Amino acid sequence: MKIGLTEGLPRRGPALLAALLVLLLLAPLVANDYLITVLVLILYFAYVGQAWNIMMGFAGQLSLGHALYVGLGAYTSAALYVHFGISPWLGLLAAMAIAAAAGAVIGFLAFRFGVAGVYFAILTIAFAEFARIGFDHWRWLGGSGGFFLPVANYTRNDLLSLRGSPTMFYYLALAMTAGAFVLCHALLRSGVGYRWQAIRESPEAAQALGIDIFRYRMYAVVLSAAMTSLGGVLFAFYYNNLFPEQVFHISRSIELILGPIIGGIGTLFGPIIGAFLLTALAETLGEAMRAFGIDIPGVKQVFYGFCLLLVVMFLPEGVWPPLARRLGLERRLPAGPGRAGAEP
Amino acid sequence: MTPLLELAHVSKSFSGLRAVQDVSFSVAPGEIVALIGPNGAGKTTCFNVIAGVYRADAGEVRLAGTRIDGWRPDQVCRAGVARTFQLVKPFAGLTVMENVVVGALNTSPGVREAERRAAEVVEQLGLGAKRHQPAASLTLPERKRLEVARALATGPRILLLDEVMAGLRPTEMDNMVALFRDLNARLGLAILLIEHVMRAVMALSRHIVVLHHGEVIAAGSPEEVTRNPAVLDCYLGEEAV
Repeated sequence: MKIGLTEGLPRRGPALLAALLVLLLLAPLVANDYLITVLVLILYFAYVGQAWNIMMGFAGQLSLGHALYVGLGAYTSAALYVHFGISPWLGLLAAMAIAAAAGAVIGFLAFRFGVAGVYFAILTIAFAEFARIGFDHWRWLGGSGGFFLPVANYTRNDLLSLRGSPTMFYYLALAMTAGAFVLCHALLRSGVGYRWQAIRESPEAAQALGIDIFRYRMYAVVLSAAMTSLGGVLFAFYYNNLFPEQVFHISRSIELILGPIIGGIGTLFGPIIGAFLLTALAETLGEAMRAFGIDIPGVKQVFYGFCLLLVVMFLPEGVWPPLARRLGLERRLPAGPGRAGAEP
Repeated sequence: MTPLLELAHVSKSFSGLRAVQDVSFSVAPGEIVALIGPNGAGKTTCFNVIAGVYRADAGEVRLAGTRIDGWRPDQVCRAGVARTFQLVKPFAGLTVMENVVVGALNTSPGVREAERRAAEVVEQLGLGAKRHQPAASLTLPERKRLEVARALATGPRILLLDEVMAGLRPTEMDNMVALFRDLNARLGLAILLIEHVMRAVMALSRHIVVLHHGEVIAAGSPEEVTRNPAVLDCYLGEEAV
């Protein structure tokens, strides 16, 4: 009784998904440069949020240091491109390998020695901080002064070197987000996904049912790290400048997990909806404040905090599950009411 | 014949408290054995030692002649020992079916196969009507059945049942007893059960081991054990005669 992408969903579920995809594909035709920039940011957060969700939402391991993997991906691909002229398409392989290795080290230390829950979260922060301080002093990568990619006015998009217009990056980010969505959907319904969810719900019971919890937790952290580093590659080639103080900073790690928390941890649409809501609202707020000539530093962070507070108080499952119920997008499977979680 | 499961002189202490002391007993292939005794006698500790949750301080645990003491719980399960928890541990956020699929993945090569097998077990345990409900919505007796379903789905050679009858109504208990008898007769599934409900113990087991203060004080057929003065004194009481 495998639940497919559309099985048990009302017809309008896949129709809505298709409509959303078409809308996103056509967006650059009507959107101005500013809107494209915002959309790239949204898709970036949706993508890294999805990657983080594999660890937390699927396997139940809270990472508060995912900026580490973004940073490793960004610096690796950028360094290979700037110093050796290696295409980011090759660079991303190195980036993913390095991030995966970092994830494996952290995972090994934590899961082998029983560092769990809050202590695991602190360990992830610690490693991101090590990286921040380390990269601050790494002259070859610009140190605290920053590392820059060559920028010019491009007449045409060079997809091979990822030099080009925001629209090119928009489609790249869209492809990454869609790819991550499809991958996560497949994972959730695979043997690995079942085992991850079992570990998330009760590690003891999972182990009693024959699951090697160390091995499957390792899979989650390694895959999540590798995927997140790909977000870092996009980040580096889109923004063209990297500062350790910004890239590896804990606020980046927090920012990255707000989307899935607000959208709905463990759901497939949560990270996407969350990224849309947060980024769109924050940008609107910023624009409105500029229009009124108000300038309060840190107002965005306060706003994020406020959103988080509202969601935690009133929608503890996140925005997506109740929204899906409201839209009638719950699965209706034979025998008994559908899943309360409403996770398409 | 080599016993399927064998405990030889197993001891386990928790910071000075001797929970299990020099316990030996065995379960033959296809046999149903009950482990009874008052609260705190060390029954669940025995289970946890067998299942790999605790490492025994002394003694050996053997499965079909192979030493399994010191193995991790997942290794013990893959070797063919499935257990239920006295305090049920359902995967609350997953549906009944999904819970059982996780168990079935232990021996099934693919998800499809596991889902097919899980559907069978869910029906067997009478949870078919609730298979798409989240486990969190089940009543306690249903959770006990889910616990059994999950363990059974792993395809064990021996099933360790920790007080699965507690809290069941008499008819529910009779159904459960009938199910275990059927599994035992049809598949030759060996069962080791911890149980306080003597009606279920008498209906199921041909061999009973009595623990008291971590030590085996009696072992034998139900008739022998229920006539044993020491057992009557510490556990069953006079009215059981």
